[in-house]
Amino acid sequence: MTHPTPAGTPAPDSTAAAAVLRLTDVTLRLGTGQQQVTALDGVGLSVAPGRFLAVTGPSGSGKSSLLAVAGGLQTPTRGSVHVAGVDLTTLKEHQRTAHRRHHIGYVFQHANLLASLTAREQLLLPAHVAGRLDAAARRRADELLDAVGMTARADRRPHQLSGGERQRVGLARALLLAPEVLLVDEPTSALDRARAREIVELLAQQTRAHRTATVMVTHDTEILDAADHVLVMRDGRLT
Amino acid sequence: MFLAVRDLRFARGRFALIGAVVAMIAVLGVILSGLASGLADSGISSLRALPVTHLAFDKSASGELFSRSTVTRDTWRAWAAQPGVREAEPLGQQLVHAQLSGPGGKQLDLAVFGVRPTGFLAPAPATGRPLSADPNGILVSEEIAKDGVKVGDRLIAGQADTPLTVIGTIGHASFGHVGVVYAPLALWQKLHYGLPGALPPAATGQATAVALRLAPGAGTAAIDHRLGTRTVGKAGTYAASPGYTAESSTMTLIRGFLYAISALVVGSFFTVWTIQRRQEIALLKAIGASTGYILRDALTQVAVVLLAATAAGTAAGLALGGAMNASAPFALKTGQVTAAALLLTALGLAGAAVAVRRITGVQALTALGADR
Repeated sequence: MTHPTPAGTPAPDSTAAAAVLRLTDVTLRLGTGQQQVTALDGVGLSVAPGRFLAVTGPSGSGKSSLLAVAGGLQTPTRGSVHVAGVDLTTLKEHQRTAHRRHHIGYVFQHANLLASLTAREQLLLPAHVAGRLDAAARRRADELLDAVGMTARADRRPHQLSGGERQRVGLARALLLAPEVLLVDEPTSALDRARAREIVELLAQQTRAHRTATVMVTHDTEILDAADHVLVMRDGRLT
Repeated sequence: MFLAVRDLRFARGRFALIGAVVAMIAVLGVILSGLASGLADSGISSLRALPVTHLAFDKSASGELFSRSTVTRDTWRAWAAQPGVREAEPLGQQLVHAQLSGPGGKQLDLAVFGVRPTGFLAPAPATGRPLSADPNGILVSEEIAKDGVKVGDRLIAGQADTPLTVIGTIGHASFGHVGVVYAPLALWQKLHYGLPGALPPAATGQATAVALRLAPGAGTAAIDHRLGTRTVGKAGTYAASPGYTAESSTMTLIRGFLYAISALVVGSFFTVWTIQRRQEIALLKAIGASTGYILRDALTQVAVVLLAATAAGTAAGLALGGAMNASAPFALKTGQVTAAALLLTALGLAGAAVAVRRITGVQALTALGADR
């Protein structure tokens, strides 16, 4: 199940028990004094394996902050963030990095591929980072490239790929280590309609196939129908 | 190495550029090392080869001791009788102008070392006869032989036109960039005083210094005090060779600047490189790479570039140095070349290490475009 929960309250027990991503009463304030802004305001959220949650809302509403906090890239001012049973807010930075390595996959706005690596090498990178670059990882990379339709372009570098192809590779890279949680940041912002539809359907398909708890933030209202649930974020609150 | 190697391949133009700069610095490093060694050899190789542990000079002499010191027979005899002294003999040193006999004979500068012909300082000739064979005979070094002087030649030297006969040759030996000849002490005294005819009795009992072979740990301070001398270890006498100290310190300064520039250039390159990679570094952190992982990768990249460029530059420097050998005082010593290459690599790594420390400050959050 995927649930928003009322501000400041935890998710219902039935949801919480199944969820691999659970944010409870998360508040994030940025800046100090007069310049301080509340990016997230008592956000509660839980996402179960195999569920695809889309979060939409205007610019500056806190969508990217939600992804940053959910992935342990930023520590909330208040509240807890549980990923695969561990509260990220209790971990030190290097522990959060290690937890992210094994449990969280990120798909970025512009794919964020490394210029010097081929498509196949982009997928192998997380395995090398995790010290698991073995035959099994290579096999899985090839399977994922096949799943996202990139086998024929596996030896191309990012500048030789289209925007849609780059996003496919970015998605496959995020899935290589079979993370429980997949966090997706504006995956279609640089794509035309057809490519955007293609990518979001691929996301939905891979979410079900790999049973990841997927959270996608997007401005693009035309792709929301691919998600299991859609939440709207305004002024740091989920509705 | 996963990223380091692939970045090197992908951005080979940029890395080739910094590699070329490091290689050129390595070439300069080798050439300067060779020149420093060559100049040192040309200045002090004769002193280095002396079979002594110390030299005792007149205590009132300072600076260029060899041209300012005079010791007497009493002094070297007294030194020979001191405890801990295994050998003590007079050594004369004098720079003189000479000319090969015959019309239009070639003019030469000679650094004349005067020694007892049968003493421990007298060198064994490589060719020809020993000093003891002829009171007017001299042994010439290869530096003099290169000027066309050969066994059997006659020369006229010094202010009194003292006749000299070349009776043999020795290996390389120079003093203050002048080729060395060995002469019997009495002949050296004639050249030193430059007086026609027989020397006054006082002049026949003088030399420049007392050459000493001391037992290990033998003290010299009390003897110096008693005999009016100043004893200097063999290495300490090098500074008394004309121009040696100034040349050495100049070369050391130039090399120091070269290595400092190298560290700065490498550091600057990798600072720019690291700044350009900010987004990639943020991505690596976002997908779970530790700072240690990224630093190791970056430093491996630096090490590969530095080692390859230094090796190439050193090889080119050796080839260039070999070609220079005939036209300049140039001597390559394996130890010095290796040390120069290692120093260049180490300082480059240090410069780059400071640069890539910026990696620690990159936030993973940047990967999300939070600061776009």
